[in-house]
Amino acid sequence: MRKFIARRLLQLIPLLIGVSLISFFVMHLAPGDPTALFIDPNINPQELARVRVNWGLDQPIHIQYVKWLWNALRLDFGRSYTSGQPVIVEIAERLPNTLLLMISSYILTLLICIPVGVYSAVKKGGWFDNLFTVLSFAGMAIPTFWVGLMLMLLFAVQLGWLPAVGMFDPLIREKGIVIRVMDVLRHMLLPLIAMTVGSLAGLTRYQRAAMLEVLNQDFIRTARAKGLPERIVIFKHALRNALIPIVTIMGLSLPDLFGGAFIIETIFAWPGMGRLGVQAIFQRNYPLIMGIVMFSALLIVLGNLFADIGYALVDPRIRYEKK
Amino acid sequence: MKKNKLAVFGLSVLGLFVLLAIFAPLIAPYDPSDIVENETLPPSLKHLFGTDDLGRDIFSRALFGARISLTVGLVAVIIAISIGTLFGAIAGYYGGLVDSAVMRFVDIMLAFPSIFLILAIQVMLTPNIYNVMIVIGLTSWMGVARLVRGEFLRIRELQYVEAARAIGASDLRIIFRHILPNATAPIIVAATLGMAGAILTESALSFLGLGVQPPMPSWGNMLMDSQAYMRDAPWMAIIPGLLILITVLSLYFVGEGLREHLNVRG
Amino acid sequence: MLEVRNLSTYFYQEDSVVKAVEGVSLAVAKGETLGVVGESGSGKSTLALSLMRLIYPPGKIVSGEVVFNGRDLMKLSEEEMIKIRGAKISIIFQDPFTSLNPVYTVGDQIAEAVKLHQGLSRREAWQKAVEMLEIVRIKDSGVRIKDYPHQFSGGMRQRVMIAMALACKPEILIADEPTTALDVTIQAEILRLLKELQKELKLSIIYITHNFGIVKQMCERVMVMRRGKIVEEGRIREVMDNPRESYTKGLIDSLKVLNDRS
Repeated sequence: MRKFIARRLLQLIPLLIGVSLISFFVMHLAPGDPTALFIDPNINPQELARVRVNWGLDQPIHIQYVKWLWNALRLDFGRSYTSGQPVIVEIAERLPNTLLLMISSYILTLLICIPVGVYSAVKKGGWFDNLFTVLSFAGMAIPTFWVGLMLMLLFAVQLGWLPAVGMFDPLIREKGIVIRVMDVLRHMLLPLIAMTVGSLAGLTRYQRAAMLEVLNQDFIRTARAKGLPERIVIFKHALRNALIPIVTIMGLSLPDLFGGAFIIETIFAWPGMGRLGVQAIFQRNYPLIMGIVMFSALLIVLGNLFADIGYALVDPRIRYEKK
Repeated sequence: MKKNKLAVFGLSVLGLFVLLAIFAPLIAPYDPSDIVENETLPPSLKHLFGTDDLGRDIFSRALFGARISLTVGLVAVIIAISIGTLFGAIAGYYGGLVDSAVMRFVDIMLAFPSIFLILAIQVMLTPNIYNVMIVIGLTSWMGVARLVRGEFLRIRELQYVEAARAIGASDLRIIFRHILPNATAPIIVAATLGMAGAILTESALSFLGLGVQPPMPSWGNMLMDSQAYMRDAPWMAIIPGLLILITVLSLYFVGEGLREHLNVRG
Repeated sequence: MLEVRNLSTYFYQEDSVVKAVEGVSLAVAKGETLGVVGESGSGKSTLALSLMRLIYPPGKIVSGEVVFNGRDLMKLSEEEMIKIRGAKISIIFQDPFTSLNPVYTVGDQIAEAVKLHQGLSRREAWQKAVEMLEIVRIKDSGVRIKDYPHQFSGGMRQRVMIAMALACKPEILIADEPTTALDVTIQAEILRLLKELQKELKLSIIYITHNFGIVKQMCERVMVMRRGKIVEEGRIREVMDNPRESYTKGLIDSLKVLNDRS
């Protein structure tokens, strides 16, 4: 087990290097020059040249990459072109906000998709199943950003129940902690729902399929033959087996969740890493873009790793060796 | 069977949309760029979907937007399928180091938050409909590659492939004549789902302003315009989204129907 | 002790009905072993499941009585039937590799039945499970009790199944081709085990198989099934010496061919 984890962690390194290589070269080979966005076009060429040297843009591209890599390994991702702040700091300030949204979305998804998927499978063909199958398909077909817009339209704009943008109301910074937490929660509700809808739909179908497959297994027949009440057959014998694939699937849905985060944060002006990333892209803020790409990739890959570890923990066939 | 009915329904809706898109110039009551009213009107008989903030007829824009979305979806998925099949076939057929190398590459591509990558690329180039199609295709082939690789690994071991090799057929011939035709079923199913995904991605890109550029109407950029007018003209935001939803949903239904019909595993 | 009258089980497909079991009647006395022989598709497994009312849609038991110790099982409520399954009548299945739940220990699965049917405490049930492992001749029962099914070989898993089935000392054991998926040598061990346990526990066994050789070894009486119906039955010697149906003759002859070859 420990060897398994160590081996996977080791595999991470070439993977991340590959990611960095591709990102770096894609971005630097594209037309367009970061300096163009910030410098007064009337600036004298010597000044411009000095800025370029400052930012290391005068070097050949592979040298730039090696320099970047060397620094990155020491967690120095350079400084943002716009704010001058170290990239690491900018990301660190906002990462927790994104994680708050993503982890809440994960938990909410699990809380809903497991009961719904299991019940749909157990009462296959019933009204619940049919209804939620249609809803699942609809949920997968809805553009995430449109859900965000519609939620905003209904609850914020038309009904005024919830705030449309931001993470907190700047006016209440002084109030007590409970009020501030509630305030964040109010702001979080719409983006959270928007983020969850898409993944929820797909995962519910997976859970249903997993449960159906388990219910068809021989050992379920054995359980019934032992005289176990149906309740126990389903909740003890079937469910435990049906939960195993969910761990992996959730890991695999991580990249999509991230993608959703970028868009949702932008719509709702949620101050997270996603929104920062989109802004960085528009600003051609290379150091910041690279930093965010690397962090996202790292989180995605770590997420997959945790999913695999979780799977190994949860399935005794993998956890305990044969004798 | 229920799935069958849904698939037929999806196919009809899709067919309808395709027809509307193809004949848009003939059907559209107004030119999509023309300003035909001087105010923003809700849906009515004169303007089925109302008018937008500039006074353009939304229904006409939506029709032309259908052209964009469907075309982008189709071309992007064709690109993705081609690349994915190529990589998957090579990896699955040759196995060994080639397989490892290709799959490594796939893993790297999968580690990217793809939306982000697409956005980054788009902002470097001047976003227009062509590079939208290409970029989406270039970033969504990985699933197909894995799928095709799996199929090739499976089929490669079957008897008739052994037989063909024994006769001395060349690799290329075996791949194209013997293995590939039997792998088409899952690829077709993946294509429908891929097209749905491409349409969703294009609309997200256009929504952020990095996809199809105005004034060319895309359902995505129509939604971008709608944001500032949510209070006063909510139909601007509701309608294009609904259209995307219906199109993608129809594609899913067709995909599921094909899956059942062609006996493809999940 | 067990009397079945006119049992019929049908499976309803989209546009057809499969009559898996049709008008089957049989009887089993205490301590007796009845063999049920037939090819695949003859309905013998469906018969077994029907006896325990383990038939689910699209299958349906359409008619018949299964009288066990004076009560017709077909007329019982599900709650009452649950008390019979695993406690009075048990069944073991063909594939030991898929018939045990992979995520629970062997001890858990055996103790579960005992706890449920006999109301034992957790510790008592666990103790009983260890005893059962010993009874089916699995060594190191105290240690092995905590292992998972995949940590056992096929033959040993089948022994676990037997332990699980006999834990509550049922009166009847239905064995649905328990050795078909196993090696011939292991098969012999399992058969021997069953015979011993039958004597110890005064068990009645309904042994389902397609192999007449096993029937000859294990059973006093035999029933031949074909396409859902019983085509022949009687004491083993009589049927083997004087098969009435050509079908039965065919089954017996195929056995002879095998024996002659070896």
